[in-house]
Order: sequence, then C-alpha cells, then structure tokens
Amino acid sequence: MVTYIVRRLITAALILLGASFLVYLLTASSGDPLEEFRASSAANKQQLMDSRSQLLDLDTPAPLRYFKWLGGAAKCLVPFGGSCDLGKNIAGQPITEALGFALVQTLTLVTGATVLAILIGIALGIITALRQYSALDYGVTFMAFLFFSLPIFWVAVLLKEYGAIGFNDFLRNPEIPLPAALGIGAIAGVIVAVAVGGAARRRLVSGGIVFLAASLILIYFSVVQWFRNPGLGPVVIAIAGVGLAFAVTVLVAGLKNRRALQSALIVVALGVVAYFAVQPLLNEATALMIVLLGIATIGVGVATGYLMGGYDRGQSMRAAGITAFLVGGLILMDRFMQAWPTYFNNSRVRGRPIATIGAGTPNIQGDFWVLSLDTFTHLILPTMALILVSLASYTRFTRSSMLEIMNMDYIRTARAKGLSERSVVMGHAFRNALIPIATIVAFDIGALIGGAVITETVFSVRGMGFLFLDGIMHTDPNPVMGVFVCVAVTAMVFNLIADLAYSALDPRVRIKA
Amino acid sequence: MSQPTQQEEFLAEHSHPRPPGVSFEPEAKGLSQGQIVRKRFLGHSGAIAGLFIFVSIFLLAFTSVGWAGIPGWWKYDHLDVSPLVNDGVPTASLWLPAWGEHPFGQDRIGRDLFAMTMRGAQQSITIMILIGTIAGLLGTVIGGLSGYFRGWVEAVLMRITDVIIIIPVLLLAAVVAQSVNRRDQGGWFSGFAASNGILILGIFLGLVSWVGLARLMRGEFLTLREREFVDAARISGASNARIIFKHILPNAIGVLIVNVTLTMSAAILLETALSYLGVGVKSPDTSLGLLISQNQEAFSTRPWLFWFPGLFIVLICLSINFIGDGLRDAFDPRQKKFNAKKAKDTKPAGAPEKAPAAAADGSAGD
Repeated sequence: MVTYIVRRLITAALILLGASFLVYLLTASSGDPLEEFRASSAANKQQLMDSRSQLLDLDTPAPLRYFKWLGGAAKCLVPFGGSCDLGKNIAGQPITEALGFALVQTLTLVTGATVLAILIGIALGIITALRQYSALDYGVTFMAFLFFSLPIFWVAVLLKEYGAIGFNDFLRNPEIPLPAALGIGAIAGVIVAVAVGGAARRRLVSGGIVFLAASLILIYFSVVQWFRNPGLGPVVIAIAGVGLAFAVTVLVAGLKNRRALQSALIVVALGVVAYFAVQPLLNEATALMIVLLGIATIGVGVATGYLMGGYDRGQSMRAAGITAFLVGGLILMDRFMQAWPTYFNNSRVRGRPIATIGAGTPNIQGDFWVLSLDTFTHLILPTMALILVSLASYTRFTRSSMLEIMNMDYIRTARAKGLSERSVVMGHAFRNALIPIATIVAFDIGALIGGAVITETVFSVRGMGFLFLDGIMHTDPNPVMGVFVCVAVTAMVFNLIADLAYSALDPRVRIKA
Repeated sequence: MSQPTQQEEFLAEHSHPRPPGVSFEPEAKGLSQGQIVRKRFLGHSGAIAGLFIFVSIFLLAFTSVGWAGIPGWWKYDHLDVSPLVNDGVPTASLWLPAWGEHPFGQDRIGRDLFAMTMRGAQQSITIMILIGTIAGLLGTVIGGLSGYFRGWVEAVLMRITDVIIIIPVLLLAAVVAQSVNRRDQGGWFSGFAASNGILILGIFLGLVSWVGLARLMRGEFLTLREREFVDAARISGASNARIIFKHILPNAIGVLIVNVTLTMSAAILLETALSYLGVGVKSPDTSLGLLISQNQEAFSTRPWLFWFPGLFIVLICLSINFIGDGLRDAFDPRQKKFNAKKAKDTKPAGAPEKAPAAAADGSAGD
C-alpha cells in the first residue's frame, strides 16, 4: 500500500515536471508579449517595451526562464517557509496573491453548483433506474441528452435574459395573472402524474392534487405580493417539517420503525419552539454562528434519536439528525426571507435583485443577512447554468451503475429472504452503486478549482479561469503556470484518492503494490 | 471547459465486473455480429431520428452555401452584405411555409444569417469529423500498442498520455490560434494556416483529444490479449500483426466506434466554446460559437441572431449523442431489448399480483 502510494507520487511529480515545462514553453511561444506596444504611437514606446521586457525577463530564452521559475516554485515545497515565489503577473502583482483571491472566487462559484448537481443527479439517476422504461425514464433520458448538448455560454445568456432581467421586471409588479397560475399548476400536475407511477387512477389523483395546490399557492402569492415580502412563518415550517420527518423516515428507517418516526416528529416540534427562541439571536448572526448553530442542531437531533432508542438506535439517530438539519435549514431560509425587503430596497440594489455579472454588488452596506443575500443573488445564475450542464452526467452515470447492481445475485438474495423494497434499494443496491460514483465525484472535486473558464467569462467572475485566460491573452506565462500547477496537483491528488477509495470501498479491487 | 461527456458514463458501465451467465438471445440466432449490430441499431428509434437529423443538417449546410470553392444553391454567402429587409427580421414562417429573402434574418450590417449559420455548421461538422478521425486513429494505435506489447512501450506511451492529459486544451488552442494569426511571417506553415485556419484547429484539437480513447483501447487490448482465442492463434503461429488486426481489433471495434462518436459530440462543444472565448475560429471566417459571442449583446434587439446558431449547435450535438447512444446499445452484448408486453404475457399464472420490482426493471426477467 505505502509503496504503491509512494510510487504513484513519484510518477506524478515527474509527469508534473514534464507537463509544466511544456506548458511554459507553449505559453511563452504562443504570441508576442510586446504586441500591444508595437503598434502604439506613444512617445515613450521604447521605454514601455523595455520595462515590459524587464518585467517578463524576455532577454532570457524561454527554456532558461522556466528553470528560473522552477527555482522560485521549488521554495513552495518548504512547508511554512513563507518564501513561495511563483513570479509576478503583468501588473506586477505576485502570483501567489492573485491565486489566493481567484481561488476564493472560483470555489464560491463552483462548490454549491457541484454539490447540488451531485445530489440532484444521483437522486434522479436512482429514480430513473428503479422505473426503467417508464415515461419518467424516457423524459429524464431525453433531458439528459439535451443537457449534454447545451453549450454553457448559450444557456448562460438565456438565463441572463429570462432568469435575471425577466424576473426583475416581474418583481417590480409581482402579480401572477390567473391563466399563468393555472398553467404553471397544470405543468406541475402533469410532471407529478408522470413521476409517481403506478395505476392510472393514482396518477390522476396525485396530479390533480398537485395542480390544485400549486395553482392556489400561486394565486395566494400573487394576492399578498409574497415575492416582495417573502416568508415562511412557524405554521408553514411546522407543516413542512412534519412532511420532511415522514419522508426522511421512509428513506432511512421505514415507517414501520415507530421510534424513528417519533424521534423525527419530536425534532420537528423542537424546531418550531426553537424558531421563536433563536430569532433575537439570529439578528446578530455571523457566518461562524450559523455553522455552530447548524452543528448544534444536528447534535440535538442525534441526541433525540439516541434517547428514543428503539430496536435500532442508529436508524432513529439518523432519521432525527437529518430531519433536524432540514428543519434548521427551513428556519434559516425564513430568516433570509425576512431580510429580503431590506435587501430589495437597498440603495445599491434599487429593486433589481438578480444580478447578471460579477460576484457582488460594489460597495454594498448591510448586516450579515443582506450581504449573504447579495452573494446569493449573484451566484444564482451561474449556479443554475453549471447545474444544468453537469447534472446530466451524474444522472446517466448513477442510472447505469444502479441498473447493473439491481441485476446482481445478491439483490435477488436480499429480495428472496424477504427484505422490504426500501432496504433492498437503500441498503443493498444504493450503497454498492455509490462505489463507481464515488470515484467520479473525486475526479470532479479535483477538477473543481480549475474552475469553469467559460462560466467565469460569461458572468465576469475573476476566478482561476479568468486568471488563466488573461495570462494567455497577454502571453504572460506566470499566471498560466500558477493556475496550471494548482489544477494539476489537485487533479493528481484526487485521482490517487479516487483509486484508493475504490479499492477501499470494493474489496474485489486490489491495488497492485 | 470540461463539460462532462457520455464517455464517463460509458466508463462507469465498464467498471463493473460482468454479471455471470450472460445468456444468448434468441433473436441473434443465425446472424453474424455485423447483422446483429445493424439490426439493433436500426431498431433504436432515438438513434435513427438522430441520424436523420444529422444527415439533413449535413446536406443543408454543405449544399446551401457551397464548400471548398464549389458554389451552393443559396444566393448569399457569409460575407455578402445586402440592404436590410424589414430591419433584418427573419422572413421564414412556419405557418404558410415560406422561405423569404432572409429566412433567418440579417445582422446589423445586413449579412444574411442563414448563410452565416450554414457556414458555421460546416465548420463545426468539419472540425468534428477531423477530431474524430485523428483522435480515433491515434488513440487506437497508441492504446493498442501499449496494451498489446506491454513492457517499455507501454511505460513510455502511457507516460506521454499522462503528460498530455493534464495540459489544458485551452492553452493548446490559444497557441494554435496565435500561430494561425501570424500572417505576416511568411513561412509555409503560416501561409497554409492563414487560408485553412479551421483545418489546423481541427488537426491540433485532434492531436490532444486522443488520450481518453488511448486509455480505453489499452484496457480493451489488455483484456482481449489474455483471452483463449488469442492464445490459440498464437500457438498456431499467427504473427503479431495478424493477431492484432484479425483477432483483437474486430472485438474492440464496438468500444472504439461508440467512443469516437461520443468524442465527436464533445468536440463540437469544444470548438464552439473555444470560438466563443476568442481562441478558436476568428473573423472574417465564422463559426457557430463565434456568431453567438458576437451577437449576445444584441439579444434584446435582435434575438434571432442568437437563437439560430445556438439551435444548430444543440441539434448537431444532440443528434450525435443519440447516434452514440444507439451504437452503444447495438454493440453491447449484455443489452437485451425489453418488451413490457411480452414480459407481462409470460408471467406465470397464479403469480402474486404485487410482483417484486425486479420484474419491472426489465433485465431480471430470465
């Protein structure tokens, strides 16, 4: 095992050396760094060219410059040495500094999108695998192919036009005309009727209920101008919480496990009480406090499950913990909604909250909630675009993996010994289907910090992709190398992790030492 | 940059050990491998629809504005400027089908969008075919050699693959774009590149997109060379070339074709993305990605400039994806066509009404 890891790391280091040499030469030879001055008619043209030559050290040939750069980069390997030197970019800013800034921007942009895409994609994949060859399966498959084929820049422009500008116009006068409300309700009803499966009668009934509920809610929203002054309130939180408690229990424990259901419901009751208790505290919120409250919420849930006990304590703890986390999320959402009017009427936002470019409104003032909302409204469009294009691969991947597993002999065995469908799917099939998914997720996390060059360009986010593209445009190797080294190192480390994880999760696969 | 592709999904399917006891299909009796594959492919309605759409777009794009000096039947080309008709609004209509003077409309200075879109579709298809051919050839040769001969050949070739796989495509594209744009230097390469920018771009992208295929083909060769029929051929004195071409390659061709198709669908998105970023096809020539990038600012005033090129990207890519899916199903020997009606009819009498979901998931019906 150790020899395997050491050998992999040494190979990776050699590959990195070779590739970085190539990248440096390619960048340096990709254009003329003095081009912008050659055609200029400025009086100090020669001086400008000289200073740029000196900054980029153009008098040294590119292969030698690479080794100079390597000398500086090697210092980064000394832990806590503080002498890391990746050179400077064309504006004279050290690359290490620029990278730090870009990394934060990129990670805020892609992390949420990737996590959501993975969760939604896996869920859809499982459902379609369980309903193979149903209308739902065909629908999702077609959508997946469509999303595979969408150019992200095209989606982004469409989202900007209809998601941001359209929605902002709608917010100016948030009234939903009756036909629109009925139409949206009908669409939701049809989707549900297709998705639930089962007999025609059951489909019709569930579709009808959803149609009525969705239309009524939309009409209600329109009447009270909910989109201007959104909020959930304790009643909605309680009702939604009970629904969540049942759903979570069905998934992790099954409704037959009464203790698990009771613990989940107790947690919901505690949540509604906590809703009133924490309001004054939340007014003084900071990011750290939210994280601590979140951990405390899960802790309370798990403790409740533990105290309730039952024949399978673990299931109660899991059900209550997950329910607690979700109810906590509802309370947080409600608090954000309370801050919405303040944000909406902020002098910088001026009633057009959904932003099309940038990572934040410049010079915005406000408390934690307003600032967080500002980040959200800027993230929402790029996140949607990224989810759309990456969702498909997770869905298809999970589906094919799940289908393979459902044909395995041990699934037949599990059924034959009389296990419930829930425990066959969740306990036997899903866990094994996750093995190949775990490796692909590890790859994707490794590729995360490479960022989404195109998404960053379309939404003018100054992240890693921007740094990289900017370096190429100015024929400046230093930022390109900085981004490349970061991306390559994480990708290689996560490749290694993926391989190790695979052999750890699947004992049939053994690593050759 | 790295939009996930179907190739990952394909790898997932192959990462599972094959379930034991793959049974023969009754439908395959007395048919050759090629006949079975063809029959399955023709039975895949999505793939046939995809093939039909792709062939239509191909013919439309290459006959309308002409290609490689051959004139087409459309009266404008992508550079012609003509006076604005009806302020450039598209003249085509679906209700009372009519073609009109400028079916897709015109841009601000009066160029015909239909001609520009067709030219862009040509570019995309050309690049796609180039990338598919080059990547397919290189990937097969390199993957095959390293998988068949093992030893130092494998070590060297796979390390090269590792190096290339981590170099960002964007960087290579930028280098190509720069060398294409240096028209003043007068070398034979820049002279050739200036007139055939699209070919150079396609060739270079092909030279970097073979890595995934090479890894896949190496895996195929590694498993196939250990099979008994290869041993038998070797014992009866077959040469390496004969074993590779007669025994291994025909068995690996399915994986190859499917993945070349999927590489091609990813190639279209790659080309349009590079052109959008300004490092792919450059004006005065045009491409679908470039059209979108030039016209996205005008979305509120001239939305058609944005809709039609995007629609063609999606259509081409979608049809290729469906063809790839059909091919994958056709080449996969484990795939069984599931017939819900048949499964219901063959349910043994007196079976419990609530059969386990296995009966519904199709392939467990044995």
